[in-house]
Amino acid sequence: METKDLLEILSNGNGVSGFEFNLKNEIIDAFGKYTDSVRLDRLGNIIAHKKGSGNGAVKILMAAHMDEIGFMVTDIDKKGFIHFTNIGGIDPRTILAQEVTIHGKEDILGLIGSKPPHLQDQSEQEKSIKMEDMIIDTGFDKEALSELISIGDSITVNRKMISLLNNRVSGKAMDDRAGVAALFETMKELEKINHHADVYFVATIQEEVTMAGALTATYGINPDIGIAVDVGFGRTPELNNSNSIEMGKGPGVLLGGNIHPGLRKRLVAVAGDYNVPVQTNVWPGPSGTDARAIQITREGVPALVLSIPLRYMHTSVEVLDLKDVSHTAKLLAFFSASIEENEMEGLLCF
Amino acid sequence: MLLKKLTEASGVSGNEKEVRDLIKHTLEGYVDEIKTDRIGNLIVHKKESNPGGKRLMIAAHMDEVGLLVKDIDSSGLLKFMPVGGIDKRVLVSKTVSIGEKKLPGVIGAKPIHLQKRNEWSKVLDMDDLYIDIGATSKEEAEKHVSIGDYVAFDTSYMEMGNATIKAKALDDRVGCSLLIDILKSDIDAEIYGAFTVMEEVGLVGAGPAAYQIKPDMAIVLEGTLCYEIEELDSHQMPTLLGKGPAISLIDRTTVYDRALRDQVVKIAEKNDIPYQYRKTSMGGNDSGKIHITGTGCTTTGISVPTRYIHSPLSLISKSDYDNTYKLVEAIVKEFEKGAI
Amino acid sequence: MGFNVELLEKLVSVYGPSGDESLISATIRKEISEYVDEITTDSLGNLIARKKGEGKKIMVSAHMDQIGFIITDIDKEGFLRFGNVGGISPDISLSQRVVFKNGTVGAIFSEPMEKSSERKLENMYIDIGAKDKEEAEKMVAIGDMCIYYSSFAHNDNVVFTPYLDDRVGCFVAIEALKRLSNTDNDLYFVFSVQEEVGLRGARTAAYGIEPDFGIAVDVTAHGDTPKAKRFAVGLHKGVAIKVKDNSIITHPSVRNSLIDIAKAENITYQLEVLEFGGTDSGAIHLTKTGVPSGVISIPTRYVHSTVEMASKDDIESSIALLEGYLSKKQ
Repeated sequence: METKDLLEILSNGNGVSGFEFNLKNEIIDAFGKYTDSVRLDRLGNIIAHKKGSGNGAVKILMAAHMDEIGFMVTDIDKKGFIHFTNIGGIDPRTILAQEVTIHGKEDILGLIGSKPPHLQDQSEQEKSIKMEDMIIDTGFDKEALSELISIGDSITVNRKMISLLNNRVSGKAMDDRAGVAALFETMKELEKINHHADVYFVATIQEEVTMAGALTATYGINPDIGIAVDVGFGRTPELNNSNSIEMGKGPGVLLGGNIHPGLRKRLVAVAGDYNVPVQTNVWPGPSGTDARAIQITREGVPALVLSIPLRYMHTSVEVLDLKDVSHTAKLLAFFSASIEENEMEGLLCF
Repeated sequence: MLLKKLTEASGVSGNEKEVRDLIKHTLEGYVDEIKTDRIGNLIVHKKESNPGGKRLMIAAHMDEVGLLVKDIDSSGLLKFMPVGGIDKRVLVSKTVSIGEKKLPGVIGAKPIHLQKRNEWSKVLDMDDLYIDIGATSKEEAEKHVSIGDYVAFDTSYMEMGNATIKAKALDDRVGCSLLIDILKSDIDAEIYGAFTVMEEVGLVGAGPAAYQIKPDMAIVLEGTLCYEIEELDSHQMPTLLGKGPAISLIDRTTVYDRALRDQVVKIAEKNDIPYQYRKTSMGGNDSGKIHITGTGCTTTGISVPTRYIHSPLSLISKSDYDNTYKLVEAIVKEFEKGAI
Repeated sequence: MGFNVELLEKLVSVYGPSGDESLISATIRKEISEYVDEITTDSLGNLIARKKGEGKKIMVSAHMDQIGFIITDIDKEGFLRFGNVGGISPDISLSQRVVFKNGTVGAIFSEPMEKSSERKLENMYIDIGAKDKEEAEKMVAIGDMCIYYSSFAHNDNVVFTPYLDDRVGCFVAIEALKRLSNTDNDLYFVFSVQEEVGLRGARTAAYGIEPDFGIAVDVTAHGDTPKAKRFAVGLHKGVAIKVKDNSIITHPSVRNSLIDIAKAENITYQLEVLEFGGTDSGAIHLTKTGVPSGVISIPTRYVHSTVEMASKDDIESSIALLEGYLSKKQ
């Protein structure tokens, strides 16, 4: 399977934080093709293991989270409208007039409603609508709807991945299914390269809420190196150069307290050796990625973060450049292959 | 499925060609005359077997609200302006289709992570938004898009819920669809169908259409405001979904003829057709021009309650559609008998 | 089985603010010792009672700590200034009586304020009736903690009292334990400490126990009073099975198992999506390689006030559901 095809399946699929199990078959099948074993752990992380030549002397964990932001049903009112809350950070301005699917006993189509403009004076249009004042209309009355869905059901925006110009694609949940796709491509790259280290590819759960997946998977694997593969802010006119990275110019290699400086140096050197373009992005403390959890597990795990540039993060029209996914995968593969047991001590020395 | 084709065609005001061609094609063989007038209205004449009576005009507008490309910036992003009354708050995080080739694009937004505290409580102005087609430069974008290209929402038709329909542009493709159904039916009546242009930007097409037709009476078919939530009192809900066609009382452009309205109500009651009044004076439609063109005529406004109009999606009830058709058909028959 | 009002009244009345749970721990230990195989207290003060079984390890956690006040200063006139222990509201605390571990009673009042909305805890004080600092110091020392004075009441429908949060959870766990016949599961009843200040007790208890499944029993909020913020949980609608709060999205296998048991045993239940707050399961599920966890919630009005109110029927449903879950082979 091409990486783009997997990304499309994953982006179109649904797996709000806490409901990632909807994606497990696709990911297990894909990961299983290029690794020695793949399993689902008891919280729902998918962990694939690719053995290296070093008999497990060095273990590298690569985590990309498979959960996505979304919504949850909180109530059904007398008129049959659904009231809802967000799971993960969502700008309420991005959800008006959006088509959604409520994942109940069956998938139910719904529309996020608002007052039509004619009914409001102009001044009201200058106020953004709060999520608690929006409803989802399914065209069912309360009685019929209550048979189909319950409080606590997850909700996703209906969006099919589309191709734009220049290898760019747009869809929902690219954060961080793009990372999952990058892991998939990394496995394929590693098929071609001799590597000493064992690599554990983890599609994690619940990064958007509690990082429960990265915390528990890291505890179980107990790796020597942990890498979060996530998305970074793709540059658009309203963002500063200082907090965004350019599209199509390779992954951001995060710099900051969450990152092990020695490993990062190696990563950048490997990128140079193999002509993989990379960018630098900076974050002071624990980053908003799985690396935050990885770094503090057990006695501590040296961590790295690769950020795939992504525009319009946490909307349903996230845009990425597929070239950046391949750059990320190449870098991850060459980096993994560069790690030998006998140099670990020197590499990790501060 | 006619309504599916009609709503999935793009016809932003001033760019109704795709919709017009579709309607023309659909009606060929069912009516006596079809012509496109000089400003783009499609005027259709269905003759009755014994002509000589009064002239009935039925109007529905073909256009929909949308966007227009006004500039391409140096990074290849498209700036746009609204066409028709669009609440700017509904544009963010949507996919759109640009120009005749229907090039896909997306309207994004600043990541919530980089927003200042409470930034999301501020509404984004149209000038802050842009369409991303994936281009990396102005030059590249210009190969695919030109300033002046129309942009339509990218929403598919779907049946959902308890016999409801979701689509874009149900305002007023639902009127177009009803009018087509009437024109294709075997009613023996003298009918002028007017599929008008540019209603959404100021009732542009309706005046010239009425001028050509010179009707004695006109029926304006619309998809109109429907808004009902638990917290609203009944007078605050203009129409209710599933409660039948909404008969207009007054809006910003017309005070509807009382005698005609009473007759319409009587016809509905006689035929056991559920109906409701349109309980707001806001909004306006082609009637505003039609009833004051030439020496004027009486008009009645009959609408299918449509939730979330002027946004990328809208919702109607199939039963409302069917009952609206029944009511219009009954009115046409009474008109034909000379009872109106 | 009758509703054991006496036990609930006893549980809500015993002193035990977060960090000083020894008295309530002793009370609970006495109440349950004959029903379990082992009882230990860990280094943080969690009371851990085990009912042995051959099967899966299930950890039930109800926190025994309470919100309260900690004395930070005693002024010349003998008035006590304080900080909060857990989620204390100035509005609710004004003109309440409080009680210290040694039985000293005081009243909370406030400096005069122009606008009551500006009142903060630092503008408030506790008056224990001392004439001066010296006399006050004989009754209370800096660092002492006090809690709201007990005032238990009930009628046929409801109980209302301070500290249903979470002594009613302890009550549900104890009653379920007493009613349990033999089960294959290896059960750990944890009466946890320091939940109100950050789920601290449950974290270490779970680390030590390494359970296969976790169930927290705690109160939740309500949406069924005048103009309340929309929230589908209300009193007399049964036990609430949690889907999410800010600390956890409950594990589908545990959640669905609870729902299936409620359906099979005709236990009235409601589903809970709470947009704030957290409970012990939030800590349990993150332990080591992860613990699939759920929450049994008792719908409670006016949480963190002195008139917390819960329905007797809902409490019964909660006991029945917990008993059902623990009896079923996992």
